[in-house]
Amino acid sequence: MQVTITVNGEQRSNEVEPRVLLVHYLRDVLGLTGTNVGCDTSSCGACTVHLNGEAVKSCTVLAVQADGQDVLTIEGLAPSADQMHPMQEAFREHHGLQCGFCTPGMVMAAVSLLKEIPDPTEREVREGIEGNLCRCTGYHNIVQAILSQAKASAR
Amino acid sequence: MIPAAFDYQRAASVEEALALLTEHGDDAKVLAGGHSLLPLMKLRFATPSVLVDIGRLTDLSYVRDAGDEVAIGALTRHHDVQHSDLLQAQVPILAHAAGQVGDQQVRHRGTIGGSLSHCDPASDLPAVVLALGGTLVVRGTSGEREVPASAFFTGFLESALHPDELLTEVRVPKVPDVGWSFQKLTKRAQDWAIVGCAVVRGNGTTGIGLVNMGSTPIRATAAEEALAGGASIADAAALADREASPSADINATEEYRRHLAKVLVRRGLEEASSR
Repeated sequence: MQVTITVNGEQRSNEVEPRVLLVHYLRDVLGLTGTNVGCDTSSCGACTVHLNGEAVKSCTVLAVQADGQDVLTIEGLAPSADQMHPMQEAFREHHGLQCGFCTPGMVMAAVSLLKEIPDPTEREVREGIEGNLCRCTGYHNIVQAILSQAKASAR
Repeated sequence: MIPAAFDYQRAASVEEALALLTEHGDDAKVLAGGHSLLPLMKLRFATPSVLVDIGRLTDLSYVRDAGDEVAIGALTRHHDVQHSDLLQAQVPILAHAAGQVGDQQVRHRGTIGGSLSHCDPASDLPAVVLALGGTLVVRGTSGEREVPASAFFTGFLESALHPDELLTEVRVPKVPDVGWSFQKLTKRAQDWAIVGCAVVRGNGTTGIGLVNMGSTPIRATAAEEALAGGASIADAAALADREASPSADINATEEYRRHLAKVLVRRGLEEASSR
């Protein structure tokens, strides 16, 4: 089936089998390998991307469901090649990553969370990223990064 | 994990969806948010040959005032149920429980109609709608019928829906001044409940719905009747597992689930009585 999906601002058209998952479309068809496949069971959040501006787990969305929709991946988050998105900057500043595998999904979930709750409490941040697992257990610095970014954009 | 191959049909209207379901019968499954169905298909526990995608039927996504009830379109996402001002004011237990489903990503995709139609006894919302005494509105090619929640969940992942029918609306009574509580025990934040319960208590009646205490969501009728007869919370909660037939799995033995049901129902009744 032919799908046309706006990915990181660019319209992409491809022939895909209906059973192709959005994450595989992004990685294998478009070559956007920043979005990781972790658990493959909608638990870990490593595959988190934005669909029409909201965080979703792309291992549990069919590419055909995203036909005609807008997708943002970690590759499209930064405003330019030499400038990081403020959330990425905050993760770097607070060392919000260890091995880095969960990081793309964690950053995308965090950006979506702050859209809905611009000035969250620490508890709201912790609950907001409950769908993203960090196997290094580096949650403390991840939470600090998100909180600092929320405070910075509130200023 | 990749699902087995299937034919994908995107419905542009309820009528078209019903026509496709009538044409394909048992071979077809309805795809809404996909957050119950796609995981099963990836594990090859479900291998439908046709998927009828109703995800674009935006006219089935709404929360409306319907007199004594609130009417919720089947395609309303958990996120929208959670944040509905009308539900927060009139049916707070449902808005709260929708916010406990999965995680933010799941709530952006999963729908109330999908969750109810899927009939997973471990899901949160069926037990809530059951405790509230809600009604499910079902459409087929020959017309519409209403099914009380008490008659909708017929077996493990089985509902009263015929293969050519679509759940289109969920109606729940307004209960703005009634005490309520939603309890669930999970090992990790986003997990399915090992056991959970929904309690709605006021105006002399109590509804108690149990999560994951049998092959379907069930009501704790013995505990409800004991309360109606004047029993204490502790005595009623001790009857919470009377109708249950919980299974044993990696998370809990049957005995532990029975214990949890009594503890959670007691906590639920206490919390419901305090607000």
